[in-house]
Amino acid sequence: MAEILTPEEIIKQGEPVFVKTKLMTDNTLSYCPGCGHGVAHRITMEVLEEMGIGDQTIGVAPVGCSVLAYEFMNIDMQQAAHGRAPAVATGIKRLFPEKYVFTYQGDGDLAAIGTAETIHACNRGENIVIIFVNNGIYGMTGGQMAPTTLEGMVSSTSPHGRDVEMMGSPIKMTEMVATLPGVCFATRQAVHKPGLVRKAKKAIRKAFENQKDKKGTSIVEIVSNCNSGWKMTPVDSNIWLEENMLPVFPLGDIKG
Amino acid sequence: MEEVRLMKGNEAIAEAAIRAGVDGYFGYPITPQSEIIEYLMLEQPHLRTGMQVLQAESEVAAINMVYGAAGCGKKAMTSSSSPGISLKLEGISYIAASELPCLIVNVQRGGPGLGTIQPSQADYFQAVKGGGHGDYRLLVLAPASVQEMADFVDLSFELAFKYRTPVMILSDGVIGQMMEKVVLPPQKERLSNEELIKKYGSWATTGKPASRERNIITSLELKSERQEAHNHKLQAKYKEISENEVRFEKLNCDDAEYLIVAYGSSARISQKAMQIGREKGIKVGVLRPITLWPFPSDEINKLADQVKGILTVEMSAGQMVEDVRLAVNGKIKVEYFGRYGGMIPSPNEVIEALEQKLIGG
Amino acid sequence: MAKVKGAIVVDTERCKGCNLCVVACPTNVIELNEEVNIKGFNYAYPKFHDACTGCTNCATVCPDMVITVYRFKPAKA
Repeated sequence: MAEILTPEEIIKQGEPVFVKTKLMTDNTLSYCPGCGHGVAHRITMEVLEEMGIGDQTIGVAPVGCSVLAYEFMNIDMQQAAHGRAPAVATGIKRLFPEKYVFTYQGDGDLAAIGTAETIHACNRGENIVIIFVNNGIYGMTGGQMAPTTLEGMVSSTSPHGRDVEMMGSPIKMTEMVATLPGVCFATRQAVHKPGLVRKAKKAIRKAFENQKDKKGTSIVEIVSNCNSGWKMTPVDSNIWLEENMLPVFPLGDIKG
Repeated sequence: MEEVRLMKGNEAIAEAAIRAGVDGYFGYPITPQSEIIEYLMLEQPHLRTGMQVLQAESEVAAINMVYGAAGCGKKAMTSSSSPGISLKLEGISYIAASELPCLIVNVQRGGPGLGTIQPSQADYFQAVKGGGHGDYRLLVLAPASVQEMADFVDLSFELAFKYRTPVMILSDGVIGQMMEKVVLPPQKERLSNEELIKKYGSWATTGKPASRERNIITSLELKSERQEAHNHKLQAKYKEISENEVRFEKLNCDDAEYLIVAYGSSARISQKAMQIGREKGIKVGVLRPITLWPFPSDEINKLADQVKGILTVEMSAGQMVEDVRLAVNGKIKVEYFGRYGGMIPSPNEVIEALEQKLIGG
Repeated sequence: MAKVKGAIVVDTERCKGCNLCVVACPTNVIELNEEVNIKGFNYAYPKFHDACTGCTNCATVCPDMVITVYRFKPAKA
């Protein structure tokens, strides 16, 4: 029987099995406690690090909570006007086809104001990766209704709950763009549980491998929480996400 | 050997773009400038120089494609006409704020609203006063011939990269559509990626090597002190441009008693009006601003000591006249004459207006 | 067979006390401290550290990347 080591001895003698990727900066994330953005950022950067392409990648940050993504991702980045990230990424990729290009967008950015840019970049099969974080709300501006807000869900601009008669139903953008021939991979993931994080990371890896193989547009939707906007604790928001978001936005590959 | 061709102004811009070594054109059809993208699509510049041409889903997307490409240090441009430029203004503000070099061509048509597809110069305010949000400036060049449509493309990129600022060619439907002889510029090589990184790697997003910090293209600054400092930096740059890049042409100004200030196609009409006036015995000269911003205010101010009155001729309801009045600062009478909504003034109308407003009045 | 042992290091000053690691830990190692860090958050700490297996679940769900995980596999006797 081996001797029992103290935690201090394990830290000293053991293998570090989880260390923050160097492709994340040391800046403190501006996100609320428990927000899924941090994990989505991290696994995206881990994929770039594991593929060894951090120095060949240009990221595009949106307007929304992740507007400051370039403060946290330690790669060259551009910040796009609200909704225009897929157009900005198109401009980069068309003139720098040998670089890896991705957008990181929220639901308001991608599915409301940027719908045209999203659909047409996908339809042209731009050889880019779109990371789409869907938390059903406008987080940055203080919890207003998003195109993905659930039926009956309360937000600051749907204080009596989203009325689909008046406001329509939550848009399923990933399913919509999956119908386009230019899209080679469309999947919906989540990052609120360890196993789901690992799956989401695999999906992001596949998306960047697709770009490497010049297959077209890959979109990875990540259903995430917005505990501040939903007015819940982080743990409760993840339970609410499972019970309410996932039935409407079911996880899994939609195409490819 | 010189290469001379008979071309439309719009075609001249397109051909000059290929020859200027432009890396990418992103556009959207709108009359009266669609020949630019049509020419490029037909010409297939990717086979000649590697230049990429893309028809975007909207003017909004096109200007943001330019943003992305320019953020990589690439030579990128877009073109449109008045309503389309309105759509691009958000992106133009971002480009100016992020200090990205690029070219925007506006072949103006009559407005407001959907207006008319006929020529106009009613986007002067939009071009020189900002148009989009925030304190920014565009360096604005106003061609008056098909030759200048061709020549100003390379000049625009030289200035855009020199100052890391967006440049606009403010043309109009007359110059865009008319055909003239044009001496085409020689072919410039496009930069290789290695050359690009060497020249612009200090700021452009080209992929972060271990040897430098990451490059970020952004116009966001949440700390007001820093946002003010960024504005100071922009204003210092605009001051430098104002001091160094004013361009204009003077015709018969030496003995002039009256001055017409006009740009673009209005300057051509005014030149003819000047001849008619001279034949009538009116000593009239023309000052043609080539840069609308920076505006040749000092030169106009100097001429105000010499002439008795100034007439601006514009295909607008009177926009540039405000800048001429500011330049003259009340020293002499400054009047405006124009036709608009797609109407073009005749030389006779111009000289009659000058006689009525400045001599008779 | 020797049991794999783990240990974690929490960057307590950067922890936002979201509690997600506490929920994710299969062996209930982590709790939120009653003390607060400089930002005023009740930060996570390995209260029952000996139970740690080094599974990395806590670090995997941590949005702020404040947890580093170590693992030690003793040589077979």
